[in-house]
This record gives sequence, structure tokens and C-alpha cells, in this order.
Amino acid sequence: MSPIKSFFSSRWGPIITGLVVGILAPLLVKLGNPGNMGICVACFTRDVAGALGLHRAGVVQYIRPEIIGFVLGALLASLVTREFKPRTGSSPLLRFFLGMFAMIGALVFLGCPWRAYLRLSGGDWNAIPGIAGLFVGIVIGVLFLRAGFSLGRNRPAPRALGWWMPLVMIVFLGLLLFAPQFGRDAEGAATGPIFFSEKGPGAMHAPLLVALGVGLLIGVLAQRSRFCTVGAVRDLVLMRDAHLFWGIVAVIVGATITNLLLGQFRPGFADQPVAHTNMLWNFGGMVLAGLAFTLAGGCPGRQLFLSGEGDADAALFVLGMLGGAFVSHTYSAASSPAGVGAFGPIMVIVGLVFCAVVGLTMRERTDL
Amino acid sequence: MSEKTTVDARGLSCPGPAVAAKKAIKAQGNGLVEVLVDSGTAKDNITRIAEGDGWKVTVEEIGGGGQKLLLEK
Repeated sequence: MSPIKSFFSSRWGPIITGLVVGILAPLLVKLGNPGNMGICVACFTRDVAGALGLHRAGVVQYIRPEIIGFVLGALLASLVTREFKPRTGSSPLLRFFLGMFAMIGALVFLGCPWRAYLRLSGGDWNAIPGIAGLFVGIVIGVLFLRAGFSLGRNRPAPRALGWWMPLVMIVFLGLLLFAPQFGRDAEGAATGPIFFSEKGPGAMHAPLLVALGVGLLIGVLAQRSRFCTVGAVRDLVLMRDAHLFWGIVAVIVGATITNLLLGQFRPGFADQPVAHTNMLWNFGGMVLAGLAFTLAGGCPGRQLFLSGEGDADAALFVLGMLGGAFVSHTYSAASSPAGVGAFGPIMVIVGLVFCAVVGLTMRERTDL
Repeated sequence: MSEKTTVDARGLSCPGPAVAAKKAIKAQGNGLVEVLVDSGTAKDNITRIAEGDGWKVTVEEIGGGGQKLLLEK
């Protein structure tokens, strides 16, 4: 094994990746990304969904280069290390729905696990019930795993299959650069099919090349180190294995110090950026997200990195997240700084029931 | 004891391979455990967990991009 390869599979792999995420995410905020949202895989995927017109919440529409970079960075790393292995067939349909409900839960809290840790590191104490909920969701997922839950095995697929998700990202990059405006609104002004926010979080972004570069770097590092913000807690609970857990400790340490240095650490509950103060549903939303991520085998970042290495099932999860953004913002399930959406709580409960049914009914077939 | 257990962890998503390997080495205690994997993540995780538990790990390439991990103790 080459020294670089063995370095990243050592205990330092997740720690270095976590530190890079922790340092660069607050810098992206300094350079223009929304507050405590240097990187949020759920929010950014939601912004992509909005930019594509899958939802029409005008303040959260932008094709985030970080998402594109995550997939393409993981693709590059996996090609160089011969880990680009197209595969599919492990319950893709259920992975789509798990992605959808994970997104619905994350948008009730207003952030994925990455952002939950980053919000904590910026002094947003509303992240505490969110992280508590995340841990509870992961523990419930571990109970299902212990009881024999499995989405079944994937199978090697033709090499061409693995290129489709990277290709989708290249199309997104093209749409970001050219933002075609073929439609006309009622006043005859150019609009759609690509929508970019003119105000709100969607209008806040770091320079394109910086964001893309950060995404690529993290994509490469995370593919090598298997960085996962959900696996971190799952492995600790399930196998007493703290390997990945040190990665999230590194995110929190790196981001807290960077926020302090940049003057972005503002402790408190009230008036936090892109956050609300409803403790119950900050908790509840993340129980659902944590459970759905655990059943699908990894956090949303990990699903992007896996789709870059050719895992078409993980790619379905990502598309499910786009679907979840559509549901959340079309049917008033997403929260906003004003509070929880009208149908957020009921959608979380529906999602929990869905996950429980999947957790109890899916087993690996041994009769084949 | 010269027992040998074989675990086929190919195609399982996280944390399937690591859990299956851990179960096998725990059940067997010592001797030889063979684990078939087809992803770098599974290989890394199983190697780390087995070595942490005092097993010696050697990796053999098998067809179809997979690997056979030989765990000995």
C-alpha cells in the first residue's frame, strides 16, 4: 500500500478530513455562504432542487458548486486509486424514499448532520436538540441493524453506469455557468428553467471557483478517508469503533476555532442564521434524518461521495433528497427562521412510520 | 484450533461487512477467518477492526475487483 493510501486509512484520515471541513466551512461563510452554512449537504441539495424549479421557494434556489465538487472529487480519487466500482441493486427504490424522508427531516431542523455540527460550532445552541435527535435516530437505526435489517446486496454493474451521476453533476455545472432563461413570466421578463435566488440564503454564496475547489478537495479527502458524519456515531454505538467519530470531533474543534478567529462565533438561541428555536421539532426532525441516513448506510455527504465512486444506489438516495426538497417546500413541511412549517411535524411522523416499516421488513434473502 | 470460517461480505453496504467480520472473529476466537469483500471501505474497516483485536491480516486479490482478507490469530 502506498504511504498516502495507508495514511488515509489510518486514524488520521477522518481527523484530517474533519479538520479541513471544520476550517473551510466557516471560511466559505466569510466568503459569502449563508451563516453557519459553509457546507450543508441537505440545504445545498435543496437549493439545487430550487434552481431546477423542483420547488418555487424563491429564497433557496442556487446550484451549489460544493455539491458538484463532492461528487467529482470522489470520482477523481476513486479513479486514481482504482476504487471506481459501478454497482447497483440494493433496494434502489427504498433508497430513493429514504433520501426523501431524510431530507424532509433535515429541513424541519434546517440542516443535515454536517450543518448540525457547524451550527453548534458557530454558537447556535438550537443545534443541541438537533444533534440529540440525530443521535437518537442513529441509535434506533442501530437497533434495526442489530435485529437483522438489510437493504440487500448490490451487484457489480457495467462500468458505464458509474459515469451517470458524475455526468449529471457536469450538466449541473453547465446550468450553473449558463443559467438558461428560456421562459417568460407574466410581465414578459425572462425566467426559468433555471432559477437563482435574488434574495435570502439562496442569493448568498462564495465565489464559484472557490466553492467548487473546496468541494473537490473535500470530495477527494472524504473518498479516501470514508468520512461519514452518521457512520461516526453508528460505529461507536454498534461496534465501539471510534475511528470515524474522531472525524466529527475534528469538524467541531476546527470550526469552533475558525469561527472564533473570524468573529463568527455568536452563542445563543435567538436570532441565529437560518434557524428556528422550536426545540421539539429541531429534535424530531433530526430523529427522522438520523434514522433514514442510518438505514441507507451513511450521511448525505457520504451518499454523494459513494455516487462519485459509481454507487448507483447512493445516487438514487441523492435523487430522493431532491424529491424530498420538492415535497418539503411544495407542501409546507420545511421550516423557516419564522418556525416550523404547517405540515412539518406530520411529515416527520409519516417518515418515522415509513422508516420503521422498512427497518422491520427488509432482510437479506438467504434462500437464493 | 485450525478451524476456518468464510464470510462473504461482497455487495453489503455499511456497516454490513464490518459487522459480519466482527461476528465471525468473535465467534471463532482464533484460527483462520476468510472474508470476501468488494469495496475499499469494507477492506479498510475490517482490517482496522481485526488488527485492533490482535489478528494478522493479509490481502489477496480475487477476480471481479474483489479481495479476500485472510485473518489469522
